[in-house]
Amino acid sequence: MRLPAFNALIGGGLIGGLLIAAGTGALWTPYDPLKLSFREKLAAPSAAHWLGTDEFGRDVLSRLMAGAATSVWISLLTVALAVIFGTLIGLFSGYVRGWVDRVIMAFNDALLAFPGILLALGLLAVVGANKYGIIVALGIAYTPSVARIVRGTVLSLREKEFIAASRVMGNSEAFTMARHILPNCIAPLTVLATSMFGYVLLAESSLSFLGLGVPPPAPTWGNMLAGARPYIGQAMWLGIFPGLCISLTLLGINLLGDAVRDRLDPRMRGMR
Amino acid sequence: MSAGNPVSESKPLLAVSNLTLKIGASGKTVVNDVGFSVSPGEIVGIVGESGSGKTLAARAIMGFVPPAVKLVSGSILFDGDEITTMAPKRLRAVRGSKVGMVFQEPMTSLNPSMMIGRQLEEGLALHRDLNAAGRRALILDMLRRVGLSDPEGALHAFPHQFSGGMRQRIMLASVMLLKPALLLADEPTTALDAVVQRDVMELMVDLTKENGTAVLLISHDLGMVARYCSRIVVMSQGDVVEQGAADDILARPQHPYTRKLLAAMPLRGLARELPQAKTPIVAVRDLVVDYPGRQRFFRKSAPKRALHGISLEVRPGEVVAVVGGSGSGKTTLGQSIAGLVKSSGGEILFNGKPIFKSETAYWDYRLNCQMVFQDPYSSLDPRMSIGELVTEPLRLVPGMRAAEKKARVAEVLAEVGLGNGFAERFPHELSGGQRQRVAIARAVVRRPSFVIADEPVSALDVTVRAQVLELFAELQRKHGFSCLFISHDLGVVEQVADRVVVMQEGRIVEEGSRDQIFDDPKHAYTRKLLSAVPGLESSGDGGVRLFWRLGEPDTVQPKSG
Repeated sequence: MRLPAFNALIGGGLIGGLLIAAGTGALWTPYDPLKLSFREKLAAPSAAHWLGTDEFGRDVLSRLMAGAATSVWISLLTVALAVIFGTLIGLFSGYVRGWVDRVIMAFNDALLAFPGILLALGLLAVVGANKYGIIVALGIAYTPSVARIVRGTVLSLREKEFIAASRVMGNSEAFTMARHILPNCIAPLTVLATSMFGYVLLAESSLSFLGLGVPPPAPTWGNMLAGARPYIGQAMWLGIFPGLCISLTLLGINLLGDAVRDRLDPRMRGMR
Repeated sequence: MSAGNPVSESKPLLAVSNLTLKIGASGKTVVNDVGFSVSPGEIVGIVGESGSGKTLAARAIMGFVPPAVKLVSGSILFDGDEITTMAPKRLRAVRGSKVGMVFQEPMTSLNPSMMIGRQLEEGLALHRDLNAAGRRALILDMLRRVGLSDPEGALHAFPHQFSGGMRQRIMLASVMLLKPALLLADEPTTALDAVVQRDVMELMVDLTKENGTAVLLISHDLGMVARYCSRIVVMSQGDVVEQGAADDILARPQHPYTRKLLAAMPLRGLARELPQAKTPIVAVRDLVVDYPGRQRFFRKSAPKRALHGISLEVRPGEVVAVVGGSGSGKTTLGQSIAGLVKSSGGEILFNGKPIFKSETAYWDYRLNCQMVFQDPYSSLDPRMSIGELVTEPLRLVPGMRAAEKKARVAEVLAEVGLGNGFAERFPHELSGGQRQRVAIARAVVRRPSFVIADEPVSALDVTVRAQVLELFAELQRKHGFSCLFISHDLGVVEQVADRVVVMQEGRIVEEGSRDQIFDDPKHAYTRKLLSAVPGLESSGDGGVRLFWRLGEPDTVQPKSG
């Protein structure tokens, strides 16, 4: 099969490009992303400013690169937070079952019933609107879906005979969990984490768009998009390039996620 | 039989010739140039292992091949009409009304959301010109005929209210209502309990005989096919390797594959002399297991007692078989002895020491008791390589060095015939038989003194089953572990067991040496179990003979009819 390799290549290329941009953006940008220059405001893309400038004359390319670092960092940390806590809760809940499981899952389902972005909004009001506030708020908002998936996987896995075999061997419950149950949760988790990375990137953008994210003048893709709204008629590059960045990143993440899942699963290795 | 069957000379009802089916994408031939015929009123069996193409060949008769499978060539003449080129509308008229089908899985072949009455009515309304009262009368009559005690009530009942055997009867009723000329039965009793199997088969034979319906019986079970069919078609990997009268095939198999199949049938060996030891390796005393009731609003439903005080002893080197129908508690017994299910009473002694009383006795037992499970597809962790899987039990052996572990694993893998290069492979790359070998290797790698085998070969094909059983017996002789062998398959038990324990509804109803149980059963349930399945014995010259244990019961009509 050629398709998975092709997907991995495109996804890897997109994400590689993003990481390079984010890495460089953190250290060096063509212009200072915060420097105002009113003479050059709303300039169209040109040799000097490849992607044009915004309403304050700031270089869009420089701001996108700096924003990539912020956005990627926030999304990565958020996903990590949600996956770690969600997995712990899901494993515990699925393994102990009984009334503990029912209580945890009732609480979990109540959280799931809120749209993630609404929950994050509420939490942001409590923890404060800044970079770390967003990470905590979105992390908590996305934990329940991870917990749900992991618990479901654990419940179906623990009925398998290889779990019984592990117990007959004399393995402790903790060892069985770490050696047999957790690795078999990785496939659904990878799929979930990659799609979640996309959602978080969007959610971060949305929050910034609403003015609750990273406060200006620091650039993120979301607040750049938000800032572009009044000028969409005269300077459409302001909106198009951050939007394109978000879309391509999502595409790359999804393609790469599928490839990584196939790679990690021994059952899929023979397919190529 | 063929001589006493007057209809076999007439024009065949179904004539399949040169039928070739390929899988569209890979071009793999799954049914290769197959031809056979069925005369009106005749019962013909197709026998083969998984992958032999028997089901596809039969389904092609109904025009029921999966979309990925392509018909390359061949003709299927049913009652003089060509099925392969028939217009879809005419094909639908033939299905159900002239050709009926009974499937393997009674649990899923009836629609769970429809009342039985309405499901039975469907076919009648479609194919027969009858008013509602007429249909109802026919349905009630048929339900009574298949042995439902309350046909009126059954009309308004749902499938889940019936057991597997009853559902298969209802399925049979729904097919036979239309009095088809041909009935395709694809493993119709494989999913049923041994005792029920015979009742359902006999009902099917009686019903089809009454209506002059021919039957094409597809099965992996040579004994059953030989019992009920006048002619047998043997298939292997898409080819018909041999066909002919049932008696001829059994007595004088021509093709090597047929001989292999017959040789794979379990046969009783000589009774073994076991050294008399004073203490049993494992003793179970008054073991009680309750499954807790379901929590409902405000009250708990009563717990269900699965085992009512079981006492059992397994002596060193002995193979004790536990047999019984489904729901007899045999699996629960195995699981509670293995420590997978908590017992609510009684005790287990290992080497004379109660294992629940002290930590050392428990660990001694834990390291010495292993288990082989039924389903080789779910008993191996899919993310671990064969080498890792077999090494894992050694983790808990105190003071074993890495080099020793490696040597032991290589040794055990070689013992189960997976020596070269298998350690690096993953379970999904192995066949069912190979996986079960891995499961056995994992169970014996610690050199346990006691192994519990829960239906270890019931998911395997006949010839593979014979190989795995032989391997198991060989390992058992070599390492001398004792074994609790749980099985519903009396043929297998007859081959492997030294002693047999018969269970029914959570109690032991009879136990004794293998020869006692098989030759001189005392309890009514044991007799019923034994008389449910035909036995096969070697006739000495490569063929086999079919026989009924405990003689031919009166309820069975002679085969030739």
